[in-house]
Amino acid sequence: MSRVVLSVDGLRVEVEEGATVAAAIAQVRSSFRRSPGGEPRAPLCGMGLCFECRVRIDAIEQLRACMVVARPGMRVETQR
Amino acid sequence: MKQHHYDLLVVGAGPAGLAAAHAGARRGARVGLVDAQPRAGGQVWRHDLRFGVPAMARTQIEGLEAAGIALLAGHEVTLADPHRLLAVHAHGAVALHWRKLVIATGARELLLPFPGWTLPGVTGAGGLQALAKQGLPVAGKRVVVAGTGPLLLAAAATLKRHGATLVGIHEQASTAQLHGFARQLWRWPGKLAQAVALRAGLAPVPWHRQSTVVAAHGDQRLQGVDIVTAGGPRTRVACDLLAVGWGLVPNVELARLLGCELDTSCTHPVVRVDLQLRSSHSDIHVAGESLGIGGRDCARIEGAMAACFALGDVRGGEALRHRREHERAYAALLARTFQPGEQARTLADPDTLVCRCEDVPMADVHAHPDPRQLRLVTRCGMGACQGRICGAALRELRLTSPSTSPTAVRPPLTPVSLAALADASFDPYEPGKP
Repeated sequence: MSRVVLSVDGLRVEVEEGATVAAAIAQVRSSFRRSPGGEPRAPLCGMGLCFECRVRIDAIEQLRACMVVARPGMRVETQR
Repeated sequence: MKQHHYDLLVVGAGPAGLAAAHAGARRGARVGLVDAQPRAGGQVWRHDLRFGVPAMARTQIEGLEAAGIALLAGHEVTLADPHRLLAVHAHGAVALHWRKLVIATGARELLLPFPGWTLPGVTGAGGLQALAKQGLPVAGKRVVVAGTGPLLLAAAATLKRHGATLVGIHEQASTAQLHGFARQLWRWPGKLAQAVALRAGLAPVPWHRQSTVVAAHGDQRLQGVDIVTAGGPRTRVACDLLAVGWGLVPNVELARLLGCELDTSCTHPVVRVDLQLRSSHSDIHVAGESLGIGGRDCARIEGAMAACFALGDVRGGEALRHRREHERAYAALLARTFQPGEQARTLADPDTLVCRCEDVPMADVHAHPDPRQLRLVTRCGMGACQGRICGAALRELRLTSPSTSPTAVRPPLTPVSLAALADASFDPYEPGKP
């Protein structure tokens, strides 16, 4: 199976072709975003409903990492 | 903006939607099939990067093109006006015009609040299954699977295939309840075989009955869970991931946006339909989980039925009625056996967050019994998920009822970029009226 290379918070991450951005982030980060109270959060529902996995992808905010397929060269930023 | 025109538009490309699309195409209709996910299959047939999809699903999905069905994957329906939907995709939006609509929007997982459930590493049971299928690494991770229902075994099987170390499966139902369920299964031989195979494949994994995860612990991420089994003492179990689900909840948001009447007599609202699966809007039919959780086989039959009736093939639809009733009887058995019990409904402390989007604790929910006041004062249910998670949880916890809780849906159905909205000539404040 071919591989896709992208960056998560500047870190080089490699995933299987067809994997989601959530899969890529999970390799290097346990937290995807911060709640209003500052708590770390990560995917909950896995199907695009809970919005806990939302991150910035190629400068576009608020995208659900579990719904976006990883593409070569993507720049993903979590909310630290 | 691109405009597409269909005789029959099907929303949701899971088992119900695929069956509806194929049935529609076989009857000569120009059919569109739209789904928010990047690939067709829905949740139960979600594409697994390593293992693909079951043969039954592959035939249906790969057969779409040959059948002349236009698949719009990665298109999320967010706005509606009479006979037109707006679907947003990665590069903009399209308008979908339809003469007949089949809603097959499926279900989501019921997730109940308990101390620690917001920690990274705590997911739904179907949630972790879906994430693992799409490449989230679980190999070598210690996973606890908990909650109730057949999805626990299905999720555990997927996680095992992907190399997870299953610490244990904790089913809330008692052994007596499970035996009662198993004794009825002979009426559905296919499901009996499936259950036996699933269980056999998981044979070495400890399977606890009458067992509930009552709390999750960790610093910044999950490190362990507390479990209570059969009224015994709390025991701490170390793990990396917790997959916990309490069953499924029908997705009725699109139907509601389109003005279809709901049946609010049960805990979670379902779309009201007649014997021909027609909603209160005469051009909108509904199939599968949005009518009440019935499972994959039920969804397939109802999908085909809905398309037949929508296109005027009454005989074709009627021919499936008996099979539908048989499947709905199984659904009733499932619902009786696997329901969150009193313990599951009282796990949250006053400090436990109920609305994860807006960080609203249970104490605030108790302080504001009126749902409208709760929203106005605390923003509970007004975050990005629009109450999809906490709304269902509060209904299950009997803290709101379908008749008083905000089942009213305001457009857009999901957050949408201003660029996509600007491209559309939809008025986002004017929901579709029949």
